[in-house]
Amino acid sequence: MPGAPNDWQRFFSFSTDHKVIGIQYLVTSFFFFLVGGIFAMIIRGELITPESDLVDRTVYNAMFTMHGTVMLFLWTFPCLLGLGNYLVPLMIGARDMAFPRLNAIAFWMVPVFGTILMASFLVPGGPAQAGWWAYPPVSLQNPTGNLINGQMLWLLAVAISGVSSIMGAVNFVTTIARMRAPGMTWFRMPVFVWTVLAAQIIQLFGLPALTAGAVMLLLDLTVGTTFFDPAKGGDPVLFQHFFWFYSHPAVYVIILPIFGIFSEVLPVYARKPLFGYKVVAISSLIITGLSAIVWVHHMFASGTPGWMRMVFMATTMLISVPTGIKVFAWVATIWGGKLRLSTAMLFALGGLVMFVFSGITGIMLAAVPVDIHVNNTYFVVGHFHYVIYGAVVMGIYAAIYHWFPKMTGRMYSEGLGKLHFALTFIGTNLNFFPMHPLGLQGMPRRVASYDPEFTFWNVVASLGAFLLGMSTLPFILNMIGSWVQGEKAPKNPWRAIGLEWLLSSPPTVENFEELPIVVSEPYGYGKSDPLVSNPDELEVAHEPN
Amino acid sequence: MKIRTILTLGTLVIALALISWWMGEQSYTWFPPQASAESQLIDRLFSFLVAIGTFIFLGVVGTIVYVALFQQAGKYDTSDGPHIEGNVTLEVVWTAIPFILVVGIAAYSYHIYDRISILGPMEHVHGSMAHNMASETPAIAPVSTEANDSNAIVKSEVVIAVKSRQWAWEFYYPDRQVTTAELHLPADQRISLQLTSEDVIHGFYVPAFRVKQDIIPGRAITLKFTPIREGRYRLRDSQYSGTYFAAMQADVVVESDDSYQQWLTDAANQKPTAAYNQAFDEFQRSPGGRIGWQTVQPAPPPLVNYPGKGTS
Repeated sequence: MPGAPNDWQRFFSFSTDHKVIGIQYLVTSFFFFLVGGIFAMIIRGELITPESDLVDRTVYNAMFTMHGTVMLFLWTFPCLLGLGNYLVPLMIGARDMAFPRLNAIAFWMVPVFGTILMASFLVPGGPAQAGWWAYPPVSLQNPTGNLINGQMLWLLAVAISGVSSIMGAVNFVTTIARMRAPGMTWFRMPVFVWTVLAAQIIQLFGLPALTAGAVMLLLDLTVGTTFFDPAKGGDPVLFQHFFWFYSHPAVYVIILPIFGIFSEVLPVYARKPLFGYKVVAISSLIITGLSAIVWVHHMFASGTPGWMRMVFMATTMLISVPTGIKVFAWVATIWGGKLRLSTAMLFALGGLVMFVFSGITGIMLAAVPVDIHVNNTYFVVGHFHYVIYGAVVMGIYAAIYHWFPKMTGRMYSEGLGKLHFALTFIGTNLNFFPMHPLGLQGMPRRVASYDPEFTFWNVVASLGAFLLGMSTLPFILNMIGSWVQGEKAPKNPWRAIGLEWLLSSPPTVENFEELPIVVSEPYGYGKSDPLVSNPDELEVAHEPN
Repeated sequence: MKIRTILTLGTLVIALALISWWMGEQSYTWFPPQASAESQLIDRLFSFLVAIGTFIFLGVVGTIVYVALFQQAGKYDTSDGPHIEGNVTLEVVWTAIPFILVVGIAAYSYHIYDRISILGPMEHVHGSMAHNMASETPAIAPVSTEANDSNAIVKSEVVIAVKSRQWAWEFYYPDRQVTTAELHLPADQRISLQLTSEDVIHGFYVPAFRVKQDIIPGRAITLKFTPIREGRYRLRDSQYSGTYFAAMQADVVVESDDSYQQWLTDAANQKPTAAYNQAFDEFQRSPGGRIGWQTVQPAPPPLVNYPGKGTS
């Protein structure tokens, strides 16, 4: 029956159901996660020895450029959009997103720009090799002289990605502002919804800068304008401002929903309310505000004047305050609870630990004198990957396990899940911890070869990377196996509090037959207040098949 | 019970503080040797941050691990934990303390930065004028701690031009009109480097000095620091500059003033020869069997009075 929850063909159609689009985003982005992971394996394979001996230097440079691009624009962004798409309407008691058709268009642009990006492997000169920052003049050099070249396709893909994400942002902000169920006041929204809102506001003000910068660079590259080319009077540092004005907040676009996931998952498996709910919710918006005024901390070595370095050091340090509040709130949430260490909980706790570590190295990087030494070294790569893999990917896994029964109607295997967690946790630390001593010792990032003194830690990192590669196998096995023949999931296997857990697993196309009337605050663990006044009228009673 | 809790907490805090202090002391060994006056200041700041970071990390993660180990629900326990929604006092405390802490860290970092004063004013210059040496920069006094002594003789700065291109470093000593592929510096004197690039953005980075500065084409950027330890160090390009980026390295030799002057005199008497250049060499040998894409051609090796000893 078309449109029925078990009709797999709808995942390959132009569906406007937010749940279908959510899963389309998740599966598409996971495919690209594997692609970006293969690039990472090639990078780590090259770096297991000091010499440039596995692949040609041009190939290596293309690998790290494409690794960064794919992981950000085709894995983390779309994956979190997928989670947001699936969960936000359910969590606020809506039947769909505000603009379902726009939602579908935004999704279908992802495979389009993904294909454009991958097609760059086939053009003469190969894919972009200027790093995911694409700093001019390197990005303008175009050694083949062809109009169609890897860098040009890269810029085209990034510009399309920007348009797609702006569409998504408009949709999310409108949905959260206008589509909440009766009684779902701002301070009854789950923190995940707050964080999606905070993240999508960043997209709205930040993405136009990146997209404009990408289009200007594209014009410099193809039709010979001179915005950024110093040989013709342009200013290459101007591009860095365009780029980082968005691309630093972009990290918050990624990490904020992860804060939301921690805030949802920890209370469920600790059986306690989220500690300081309102403060946690509001601090998301404070982070959004501050994220707009920290970007120059990426440019401390770029020839920025002293006063600018000091101002941006101060703002960057300040952003750790609302972030710290959240960390303390999560710790207080689990303190004195009754913990159940399910796979989702393990990933959330593991992600939290890694995030604390990355926060501390983040403060070190914010201190200008230290940054002058470690900027553009492996210390930054280590810090960044503790955020993006340690916290973000672990958080994504926590979310996928936690909501897997809701999305698929099946239970996952805890055994495989825990194996996946152990491999991921060990692999992440093996892979990314060694990058910190390497950076302190002075190994620059993006090098295809290095001095022999750096060999030991690079070998450790490479082994960690290969372990991380292996760690996806039990996950894939678990997901496919459980979806096909897992135990049937009840409405609420985790005894969680939230509108989505009042619906059958998976929910029907319309989600709510009758809109819920919300009567209490989220996270009412340890209390027996009902969440809605009409729990029995949300769905039409249907016969179990 | 109450007293016991306070005692336990007090002991834990003291233990954590001791471990954190120890980690801070350890952190000095994680760096290359301190070859410049700046490196001592930067390492001290880093050590301070390591100590604070260790304390926070062990405190927070220790709590998480404790909860995960000792506060699990029993196998058949399906009850909830206590319904605690928050605690205003606690929340105010854990907002105020980090706030004060980061303001303190920022102030200390500013203080250190002020003493380093690495970056002089920059001037915008036009393409071919980029090598103009007429620097308006007022000499900044050396930063070594005793330098403020009124009896100390403030030596004039040693001015050297650093030219970067894909993918070679070239150093020019204007006083003696000497060009080299290895950077020699006299110890204990303020060095003023005039950084220029002919093509893309490069980065001047000597880890042993802890100084780094991007070199922006079309600008002349002054970088000042004071080497204090004799030895041979490594200069690396720190801003990704294309295909042979990783190969763009050079040796830096810090030596006594006497041997520095002797070296300059010897070099001035040498006829210019082509220095070894890894990027150019690799490109000429064209890696057989490996599949690569078309690249920007490396510039030919610079012609220099002193090609240097390091050949890798």
